[in-house]
Amino acid sequence: MNMPNLSAFLVGLIFGAGLLVSGMANPDKVLSFLDLAGAWDPSLALVMGGAIVVGSVAFAIAGKRERSLLAEPMRIPVRRDLDKPLVLGSLGFGVGWGLAGFCPGPALVALGAGEPGAVVFVISMLVGMALYELIEQSRTTANA
Amino acid sequence: MTIDWASFTPWSALAGGMLIGLAAALFVLVNGRIAGISGVVGGLLRPQPGDLSWRVAFVAGMIAAPLLWAAVATLPGIIIEASVPMLVVAGLLVGVSTRYAAGCTSGHGVCGISRLSPRSLVATVSFMATGFITVYIVRHVIGG
Repeated sequence: MNMPNLSAFLVGLIFGAGLLVSGMANPDKVLSFLDLAGAWDPSLALVMGGAIVVGSVAFAIAGKRERSLLAEPMRIPVRRDLDKPLVLGSLGFGVGWGLAGFCPGPALVALGAGEPGAVVFVISMLVGMALYELIEQSRTTANA
Repeated sequence: MTIDWASFTPWSALAGGMLIGLAAALFVLVNGRIAGISGVVGGLLRPQPGDLSWRVAFVAGMIAAPLLWAAVATLPGIIIEASVPMLVVAGLLVGVSTRYAAGCTSGHGVCGISRLSPRSLVATVSFMATGFITVYIVRHVIGG
C-alpha cells in the first residue's frame, strides 16, 4: 500500500472512530437531535462544533500550502457560486437524513458494525449515486 | 422545546467531533483532499485511472473502525427505527441528492464550514432545515 492510500485508510479509521464516540453513528440519537419539538438532545451540535474548531485550524494552514505533506496537489474546491443543484440537492439530502437518521459516513460505520438496516441504506444510497451518474452522463451525451 | 438532559452527552459529542475534525485535518494536510464521504464514495461509481485505490482505502478504514472497536470494547448502541421501505427511500434520496449537492454533512458541514465556503454554508443551512422539518412531519404530524 502506498503512503497516500495508507493515510486514507487511517483517516477513514479515525473518522469512523469519531462517529462512534460522538454518537452520530446511531440514527436514534441523530433523530433526537433533529426532533426540535420532541425531547430534544442537543449533543450533535457539539459534534459539529468540535469538528469545525479542529478543522478551521487545519484548513487555514492548508490554504497557504501548494502541496500536501506527501507532496500531493492540494485539491480544495474553489467554486463560490450558488446554483440550483447545490440548493435542491442539499434540501433533498436533509429529507433523506430526517427519514432514516443516516447520512453517508455513519451509514458506512453502521454497515461495518453489521447492522442489517445499514446494509439496506448503503445499497440504496449507492443506487442513488449511480442514478446520478446515469442521469448526468445521458445529459452530457445529449448535449454533445 | 424541552431539552432531554438525560440523553445529552456533551463530552463524548465534543470528543468525537474533535476526532472527526482531526480526520478532516489530516486528510487535507497529508493527502491534500477533502474528507467528504459522499464525494469519496460517489467517485467509486465514476472510476478514473489512479483515482480508485485511495477511495477504497478510505471506505475500508471507515468500515474497519467498528470492527476494530468491537475487538477491544463493546460497541456503542446503534438503533435504527426506520422500516426497510423507509431505509430504501432515504438511501436513494441521500445518494442522488448528495451528489447533486456535491457534499453532505462531512464535506459541507465540517470541511466546508471550516474553510468558510459560502456554498457549504448554504448547503448546511438547507439540509439542516429540511432535516428538522422532515422529523417534525414524521413524528408530530403523521405520527402525532
